[in-house]
Amino acid sequence: MLVWTGGATAQTDSEADGASPTLLEGTLRVGFDQFVDGVEITVADQSGAEVGRATTDADGRWQIEVPGGGTYAVTLNERTLPDGVSLREGFAPTTEATAAEGASRPVVFAVGEAPEGTPFGERAAQTVFNGLKFGLIIAMCAIGLSLIYGTTGLVNFAHGELVTFGAVIAWYFNSAWGSLNLVVAAALTLAVCGMLGAGLEVGLFRPLRRRKLGVFQLVVVTIGLSLLGRQVIQLFFGAEPLSYRDFQVQKRWEVGPWSVTPRELVTIAVIIVLLLAVGLMLQRTRLGKAARAVSDNPSLAAASGIDVNRVVLLVWVMGAALAGLGGVFQGLDTDIDPFLGFQLLLLIFAGVELGGLGTAYGALAGSLIIGMATEVSTLWISPELKFVVPLAALILILLLRPQGLFGIKARVG
Amino acid sequence: MDFDIIFGNAARAAFGPEAVILALAAIGLNVHFGFTGMLNCGQVGFLLLGAYGTSVSVATFGWSLWAGVLIGLFLSLALAAALGFPTLRLNPLLFAIATIAAAEIIRILIGSTDAIGLTGGPLSVSFDAGAFYDLNPYPDGPQDRYGIGTFEFTGQQLWVITVGWALIALISLAIFLLVRSPWGRVLKSIREDEDAARSLGKNVFSYKMQALLIGGGIGGLAGVIDAIKTSGADPNGFRPQVTFFAYAALLLGGAATYLGPVLGAVLFWFLREWIESFLRQLASESWLPGAASDFLDGAEGIISVAMVGLALVLLMLFRPQGLTGNRTELHLDAR
Repeated sequence: MLVWTGGATAQTDSEADGASPTLLEGTLRVGFDQFVDGVEITVADQSGAEVGRATTDADGRWQIEVPGGGTYAVTLNERTLPDGVSLREGFAPTTEATAAEGASRPVVFAVGEAPEGTPFGERAAQTVFNGLKFGLIIAMCAIGLSLIYGTTGLVNFAHGELVTFGAVIAWYFNSAWGSLNLVVAAALTLAVCGMLGAGLEVGLFRPLRRRKLGVFQLVVVTIGLSLLGRQVIQLFFGAEPLSYRDFQVQKRWEVGPWSVTPRELVTIAVIIVLLLAVGLMLQRTRLGKAARAVSDNPSLAAASGIDVNRVVLLVWVMGAALAGLGGVFQGLDTDIDPFLGFQLLLLIFAGVELGGLGTAYGALAGSLIIGMATEVSTLWISPELKFVVPLAALILILLLRPQGLFGIKARVG
Repeated sequence: MDFDIIFGNAARAAFGPEAVILALAAIGLNVHFGFTGMLNCGQVGFLLLGAYGTSVSVATFGWSLWAGVLIGLFLSLALAAALGFPTLRLNPLLFAIATIAAAEIIRILIGSTDAIGLTGGPLSVSFDAGAFYDLNPYPDGPQDRYGIGTFEFTGQQLWVITVGWALIALISLAIFLLVRSPWGRVLKSIREDEDAARSLGKNVFSYKMQALLIGGGIGGLAGVIDAIKTSGADPNGFRPQVTFFAYAALLLGGAATYLGPVLGAVLFWFLREWIESFLRQLASESWLPGAASDFLDGAEGIISVAMVGLALVLLMLFRPQGLTGNRTELHLDAR
């Protein structure tokens, strides 16, 4: 139930080039993937005379060349909107846009699904389902962040880029190199991301711990890595959103009040199985117990003969692999772009913080709550604003209960 | 390869409006982080409110530019107060996360389609900054250029820069006097050991709040200048990485020094623009293989920002005090 804008990319260099046309343009879409075609858009100048007219194409795009810089009135012909789509409440069909000479100016029309239709109960059930799926994806990304903090005290601002890296590398396996099936690609991604995590720990963070870098300096290192990683990904992958080749077009199954795709069910099932496996590992195996011990008190664990470095390495491999796979699922659910992980980062923080920093199970519960709150909030607020909810929740938790729901009250505040 | 153009571009960027804005943002951050030890990761929020306070006052409400400037500054101070009261007691890492989240919340709200009527939402907002340029003493004909060779500005640009650098000089002087005073010594003692300062009877919360307000206000001023320079504001210009750029400038020049953030901002933009211009020229060199120039074409900006990230990592590893700082002043340990 959204908006959308036009390509804001082609603006920078066109100003210098006097020959380039002055354009008004935009893309009409509902949500992120449903483009609206066949809608008529007209442009009139200040005197009210029509200067251009266009119809949106199959990708929802429209573009109108105007005679020069200035302010124009852009009108969307509401009668040409398809059934079930209307302008969002409070938005007029005519909007003013000021174009600079020789540049292209995006114009936004806020369109959404017409309000009547699905009853509230059904929409509520659907958002709960979406929330479960989103929460599980966040949880999968969050476990690594939380365990790495727990065992080494590092808040990794570059964790989001691990998520992006997973999504992108799976895309390369799936679409560019060898065209592997996405299931195979995801398995490879798991391995590649695990190796990346091991490399980061052995090559960078272990030496840094040995040098006893201050906490602040470590945070800045991860901020730098985050910027670097995102830009490098953008350099090779590009800024345009892409999607995987497999499992895109699927028939929706109607299950009770829910309308779900097999893809979504598999996502949920795989994540639950993996999280259970991680839980069992932490609970039952020697290494898992050691990880929890280090997380609890690193010096005490070291004193009782646990090889802390080995445990931290395991946590990095596992955390990075899970984060990368989380990226694949998020990319499958939406689109893959270089900002995918960074957008999730603050939500991951929120989940981890809600559950209690440094705890694995807390991170899981916190992430589920955050994911659920994000999606369910769309019942009342516009989906564009849904990320405000977890961020506000994050701040509230920090204020009211900085140790998190399941953390032990310690010197955190 | 024309190095005159490359150096000209880099020098223009180093002293131009962008560097002024970054220098002010970094000076504010220096008060927070360098002198008080608060890891503010949401500096961009202050810039955002400064810029949007000015733009929206003029564009939406039709008030005068000067009223808009005051409102922009007031809003950034209000954010500092609203943010400070609940979050100053948090430990530094949680404070960092809370500030970055707060700045993102504001950006999402201001840039949403629901806010179109007020802030222009995703469309961005533009206004007439004529009242500022009316005071411009430099003749500003289409042919007027000031400077030497490729290092030259138009009359309007020169006016923005003059005001900007004058403000930077004044503010730096004020910070110098403040931090050298007993008040500033308390700030530094809070940075070194909060509990020690508290046990000496200092009201740590109140000092931190004052530092947050001062640094936030300076960030707001950076936003105001940004709004005037571009005659508007765009939500995409206020992503979290702006804060990280300010950190890069601050840490490059040297945190907890008086001129570090200014030097850092100048160097930041010089290097960034130098790299971009160099790569742009490189891409059009004929001896370069076609694949390489295709790869470089349009990627200059991406590469230069990647360099910022790399620089942050390398600085922290090899020279955490930056070019002019004192290493012992910056070993914050928060665990």
